[in-house]
Amino acid sequence: MSTSTRSVLNRERMEEALIRVLRLAGFILFLPLVLLPFYWMVISALRPLQDLLLRPANLWPDWDRIGFQAFYDVLFEHGFLRYILNSAYVSLATVVLSTALAVLGGYAVTRLRFRGQPLLSHGILLIYMFPAIVLAVPLYVIFSRLGLRDSVHALILVYLAQTLPVALYMLRSYFMTLPPELEHAGLVDGCTRLGVIWRIVLPLSAPALAGVALYTFMIAWNEFLFAFMFLDTPEKFTLSLGVVQLAESVHLSKQLVMAASVLVTFPVLVVFFLFERFLVRGLAAGAVKG
Amino acid sequence: MATTLADREARLAFRLLAPTALIVMAVVLFPVAWNLWLSLKPIGLADLRGDALFRLDLGFDNYRTVIQDPDFSGVCLTTLIYAGLGSGLSILLGLAAALLVHGEFKGRGLLRGLFISPYIAPVVAVTFAWSFILDPQLGLVNRLAMDWGLWHRPIPFLSQQGWETDLWGWTVYLPLALISVILFEGWRYFPFAFLFILARLQAIDEDLYLAARVDGAGPLQRFRHVTLPQLYTVLANLFLFRFIWTVNKFDDIFLLTRGQAGTKVLTVSVYEHAFGRFDIGAGSALAMLLFALLTLFLVAYFRWIVREAESFL
Repeated sequence: MSTSTRSVLNRERMEEALIRVLRLAGFILFLPLVLLPFYWMVISALRPLQDLLLRPANLWPDWDRIGFQAFYDVLFEHGFLRYILNSAYVSLATVVLSTALAVLGGYAVTRLRFRGQPLLSHGILLIYMFPAIVLAVPLYVIFSRLGLRDSVHALILVYLAQTLPVALYMLRSYFMTLPPELEHAGLVDGCTRLGVIWRIVLPLSAPALAGVALYTFMIAWNEFLFAFMFLDTPEKFTLSLGVVQLAESVHLSKQLVMAASVLVTFPVLVVFFLFERFLVRGLAAGAVKG
Repeated sequence: MATTLADREARLAFRLLAPTALIVMAVVLFPVAWNLWLSLKPIGLADLRGDALFRLDLGFDNYRTVIQDPDFSGVCLTTLIYAGLGSGLSILLGLAAALLVHGEFKGRGLLRGLFISPYIAPVVAVTFAWSFILDPQLGLVNRLAMDWGLWHRPIPFLSQQGWETDLWGWTVYLPLALISVILFEGWRYFPFAFLFILARLQAIDEDLYLAARVDGAGPLQRFRHVTLPQLYTVLANLFLFRFIWTVNKFDDIFLLTRGQAGTKVLTVSVYEHAFGRFDIGAGSALAMLLFALLTLFLVAYFRWIVREAESFL
C-alpha cells in the first residue's frame, strides 16, 4: 500500500514539474512571437535608415543613434497629420452616433414590447455573417450613382451599420441587468420614456457605454476595406488608407511605412488599454445570463 | 379610440429603432438585394453612370463567366483550406495561450492585454509589419536564418507559390505563400479564441478537479478528462464561427499578397473581377455565390447549435 502511494505522489510531482517547465517554455516562445511585429515596427521606425539597410537583422538597436526623423517625415511631408485628423473625425463621429442610436435601440429592444422583438434581440448579430465584399460592390455602385463616392460621411454611415448591431447587443445585455423598478418609479412620477432613458438609465450605464464607445472606436479607426473603396482624394484619406498608399509608392523606404504603422497602431492600443475593463464587462454582462 | 399602453410602446419602439433599422437596411440588406440585380446583368465599371444600370437585360452570363473561369475551383479550394487551417490554428494557439494565462499569478491582467494586441491592432499595421519581417531582402527572418545557416537563399514567403524541399528523402512541395498567410491568420486571430476559452476555463467548477484528485488523477489526466471535455463546446463553436468569419475575410490576404502566389480566396477574387477586370456583373455574381456558400455554412452552424442545445434537454 505505501509503495503505491509513494509512486502516485512521485508521478504527480513529476507531472506538475513538467507542466511548470512547459508553461515557462510556452511563455518564452509565445510572448516574443506575439509581440515581435510591434517591437519591429517601433525599432525600424526609430533606427537611422542606413542602419536599417546595412544591418537588417539587428535585433537590438544602437540606442544612441535612434531618432524620430521617420516620424517627422511621415507626419509633415507625407500628409499623415491630415490623415490622423481624418481618422479621428470619422472615428469620433461614429462613436457618438453609434452610441446614441444604440442606447435608444437597445432600450427599445430590452424594455418595450413590440412585434418582432424576439427576432431582433436574437437575430441582430446575424448581420455580421455578411461578407463585407458582398456589400462593397453594390455600395460602390450606389454611392457612385448618388455622387457620394468620395464622401467621408458616407463612410461614417457604413461604419455605423457595422458597429450598431454589436453596440445594440451589448447595451441590451447591460440594460437587462438593470432593475426595471427604477424606471417604473420614474414613469410613475410622470417622466416620459425618453426622460427615463436620459435621467435614469444613462447615468447607470456608464461602464457599458464606455465599452460600446471603445468597441466602436476600434472598428472605425482600424477599418480598411470601405475606406479603400470609397475615398479618392488624398486629403480625405483615413490613416489605414494613408499607410497603404505610402507602401505602394515603391521608391519610398520601408522605414516610412513602419513609422506610419506605429502612428496608426499606437492610439488604438492606448485607448484599448485605458478602457478595456469596460469592454469585458459590457460583453460579459450578457454572457453570464446566456 | 383609446390607444393602449401596448400600442404606445410599440410606436415608441418603432421610433427608437427606426434610425438603426434604416441604416442597417440601407447599408446591409439593400446592397445584398442590389447585388443580386447586378449579378444578373452585364455591367462593367464604365456602365456605372449610364442607363445600363437599370436596363432589364437579365441573364446568367455573369455566373457562367465566373464558374467557367479556370481559376474558379482553385479559388474555392484555397478559400476552404485557408478558412479551415487558419481557424484551426488560431484556436490551437488560443487554447495554448489560455492554458498559459489560466491560474492566479501576478501580472496576469497585463499578460492578457499583451496577448490580445494582434487582434486589436489595425490590420494595415500588422500586415505591413509582417510583410517587412518576412521580406526576402530586408526581412528579419531571412537574414537571421541565413546568418544561422538554416537556408542559403532568401525565401520569399509571401510572393512564391510553391517551395520544393527534401524531407528525409522525399521531395515535398509546400504551398509557401498560402502557408505564410495561414500562419498570419493564426497569429492575428488567436486572441479571439483565447478570450473565449479563458472565460470558459475560469468557469469550470473547481469541484470537478477536486473529485478527480480524490480519484487519484494527476495533472495531465485532469486536463484530459476534466478540462478538455468541458471545452469541447467552446472549441467547436469557435471553430465554426471563425470558419465562417475567415471565409468572409478580405483585408488580410489582400494586404499581404493581393491574392497572388496561390493565395487567391473568394473575397479577393470578387474584388479582382469587379475592379481588376472592371467586370462588375461578374464580381457581383461571384459575391452571390460566396453568399450562397456562406448561407449553407450558417444553416449547418445553426442546426448544430440547436442539436447541441437539445442534447441538454
